[in-house]
Amino acid sequence: MTASFPLPTTEAPRPLLEARGLVRRFGGLTAVGGVDLSISQGELVSVIGPNGAGKTTAFNLISGLDRPDEGSIRFDDIDITGRSPEAVHAAGLSRTFQHGRVFANLSVADNVLVGAHRRLKAVKPAWPIIGPVAELALALIRPPSVKAEEAALREEVREILAIFGERLLPRIDQPAYSLSYANRRRVEIARALASRPKLLLLDEPTAGMNQTETAEMLEIIADLKARGQTILLIEHKLDMVMRLSDRVIVLDDGKKIAEGAPLVVRNDPAVIEAYLGHGGVGAAADPAAPAGPASDQPVRLSA
Amino acid sequence: MTSWFDHTINGLIIGNIYGLLAVGLALIFGVSRLINFAHGSVYVVGAYVGWVAVSVLQTPFPVTLVLVVALTAALGIVIERFGIRPLADAPRIAPLLATIGLSFVLDQTVQILFSPDPRSVPMQVPNWRIEIGGGSIGLLDLLIGGIGITAAASLFAFLKLTKWGWAVRATALDRDAARAMGVDVDKVNRIVFAIASALGGVGGVLVGMYYNVITPTMGFEATLKGIVAEVVGGVGNVPGAIVGSLLLGLVESYGVALLGTSYRNLFAFVLLIAILVLRPNGLFASHRQLPPEPMTGTFVAPSKPVRLPVPLVAAAAALAIALPFLTENGYLIQTLTNAWLYALLGLSLTLVAGTSGQVSLGHAALLAIGGYTSALLAFNLNWPVWLTLLIGGFAAAGIGTLLVSPAFRLRGHYVSIATLGIGEIVALVILNWESVTRGPIGVAGIPPLSLFGYDLYDTNAIYWFAFALMAALALLQVRLLGSHLGRTLRAVRDDDVAARSFGIGLKRYKGLAFAFGGFFAGISGAFTAHMYSFINHETFNTQISVLALTIAILGGMGNVGGAILGSVALIGLPEIFRVAAEYRILLYGIALLLLVRFRPQGLLGTV
Repeated sequence: MTASFPLPTTEAPRPLLEARGLVRRFGGLTAVGGVDLSISQGELVSVIGPNGAGKTTAFNLISGLDRPDEGSIRFDDIDITGRSPEAVHAAGLSRTFQHGRVFANLSVADNVLVGAHRRLKAVKPAWPIIGPVAELALALIRPPSVKAEEAALREEVREILAIFGERLLPRIDQPAYSLSYANRRRVEIARALASRPKLLLLDEPTAGMNQTETAEMLEIIADLKARGQTILLIEHKLDMVMRLSDRVIVLDDGKKIAEGAPLVVRNDPAVIEAYLGHGGVGAAADPAAPAGPASDQPVRLSA
Repeated sequence: MTSWFDHTINGLIIGNIYGLLAVGLALIFGVSRLINFAHGSVYVVGAYVGWVAVSVLQTPFPVTLVLVVALTAALGIVIERFGIRPLADAPRIAPLLATIGLSFVLDQTVQILFSPDPRSVPMQVPNWRIEIGGGSIGLLDLLIGGIGITAAASLFAFLKLTKWGWAVRATALDRDAARAMGVDVDKVNRIVFAIASALGGVGGVLVGMYYNVITPTMGFEATLKGIVAEVVGGVGNVPGAIVGSLLLGLVESYGVALLGTSYRNLFAFVLLIAILVLRPNGLFASHRQLPPEPMTGTFVAPSKPVRLPVPLVAAAAALAIALPFLTENGYLIQTLTNAWLYALLGLSLTLVAGTSGQVSLGHAALLAIGGYTSALLAFNLNWPVWLTLLIGGFAAAGIGTLLVSPAFRLRGHYVSIATLGIGEIVALVILNWESVTRGPIGVAGIPPLSLFGYDLYDTNAIYWFAFALMAALALLQVRLLGSHLGRTLRAVRDDDVAARSFGIGLKRYKGLAFAFGGFFAGISGAFTAHMYSFINHETFNTQISVLALTIAILGGMGNVGGAILGSVALIGLPEIFRVAAEYRILLYGIALLLLVRFRPQGLLGTV
């Protein structure tokens, strides 16, 4: 082997996020039992699975809200296993929340500006005492550089909100509590985008949205992907997953039961079984499946 | 020298009485997710009912006990019905504040009815003592122990064996599920408040007999001790509360044996902070349990704050400045000077509790730190007062933030309990650190306020100085709220989980809020010390902390103009109408109750 021509392009791209053997137990329940997950730069990977499969728990482990009992997580060549949410965010990861967590009393603009918090120059110095005191002084004195930065960010907030058309822009100064559920989900995504994340984690971005709104969100996510944004998506609406994803990971009962291209995954018998039901119940229901109440999901799967 | 055996017995007896309180608190927390600050007041009522029964009606002991149980249980039902139940859908902190208001009302009513003087409860039990080893056990000790064990056993039987006991446990596990299964949760609440209050009342009458003295003000300390015991055992954990109480009793008793009586409470509060920091779910909680969600929630009701037009604010300021020329009434000027100083405190707390969502119940400690720092520097070292005022502000900011920093990782009610404990610790350190603070005697002859080398004795000059300080710092706070820090602090308040996910470190921003607010409070405390020329450990007590919170809520949490308006209303109006001191506290309690119930967003709205 000659070391004269190192050719990085011939190597497989290093994954941006690489989680190995993640385990999280709650008392006797194993919510996540040894899940591997990786995503490369520019990829859109979806995590699907029935309710209680451990999708959100896995998201919480990755984003630092919860600590894994076992396993390791590397992000952008840094070990972030068990690090605080602040540290994970500083590494370049932003997320939205399953049930929506906007800052209720803050205006739409302020919500999005909080997303850009880490980018503020005043926030940067992390030295104890001196850092916060300097931040306080800058906030009170507000030299021209601080004012210019704030003005530029406010302009950027308008640009980000424009992604959602006229949904949020007219409401830019309204408090978030006055928004509809769907609009709050949009604010969350805008907030995450304002941080310019290397990896965006979206936890059911279309929950509670109607068909038109879902289609709109699909366009927005597709657009983000086209711009090169790396996205890890949890989603229940399978047609959306099939259309957007480069790769799909299927969780059931805390374990990964399938992974691969959308076409491959949707025809995987294990996946169909996970959505249909397990063991005896599934077998008993099988003859009746085409007409039974469980027929909804498999029909979509093969659509 | 009393023997260790005696200290152990004494610790267990005191622990038993704490247990009667803590079990009630744990029961109430279990079904209502509420820390009942009025619990100690029920205990006071129990003690005074006992006193009336024994001294006036001359009832025998069993009848006394029955009377106490019946009346305090009835009081518990009233508290639940009118104080707590209307707030079922309010933010979690609202009923907690309501119970603080209730405790003010109950304590002051008892004080007005029975005078503040201590009274002795005649012991109705023969003073037989049994000698064991190096010490002795009295009949009263055995009786208290017996009542404690009987109460615990019957409670256990009630919870495990009766239908309503099951309902209580079901409600504690999941209120909504219990309601869905047909459990009348309102009735469960009523039963629990009745039982808890009766236990507290019995505790009150027993402590009256044990120490042979009762006062209307002893309730607050009892509440605190019950809360400490409850936190030690794990909030809402009934057997844990019993173990926690006995442990607290022993720790205190041994601590007193080692260091003396004045350290008793210090041990209790240091234990509280240690448990909150190291094991916030109590000694018996399982490893890595996430804090229960219902403990979170801010008091900031969504509302549209009133926008004060600038000309109106300017006109009000001009009137305030011109006032000494318009009136000859020195008393009015003094009252308003006081109001400006309380406004500084209100600004401080409205930032910490309103903007940042950390409902502090120990804010008076910041006044004390500022006041003592400035007074001692000016008195001992003859430093100019303008400088010591400034240093007082910085000392409160620095020391206050440092002291409260262990609580930065806590949320919701736990913050309130921790700040309360820290406030008590500061007061106790001031009391016991005699070489520096002169202990209970206090610091007298503090140099007067001075500016540019001139001493300020003139009422009007002091008034203008206070107003200028307050106005300048209020403008500074407005500027802070308009910066990125304003939205960052409010983000921490609204959802600390989401805030952390966007890189907002809680320590840094809670620290900034406490430091900025601490500076204001420190200046206010220092100013007060020089204005009155005397302070001691009681000058800045917990009542002032609660008053500050009432000011902040009245004005609208987080609202700068609101804090000033709230202070003028709560400090100015009672003075102007010359309400007597004891009725004033009653008024504050009622004001807090009504606000929480009917106008949680305050006069000018929350920001």
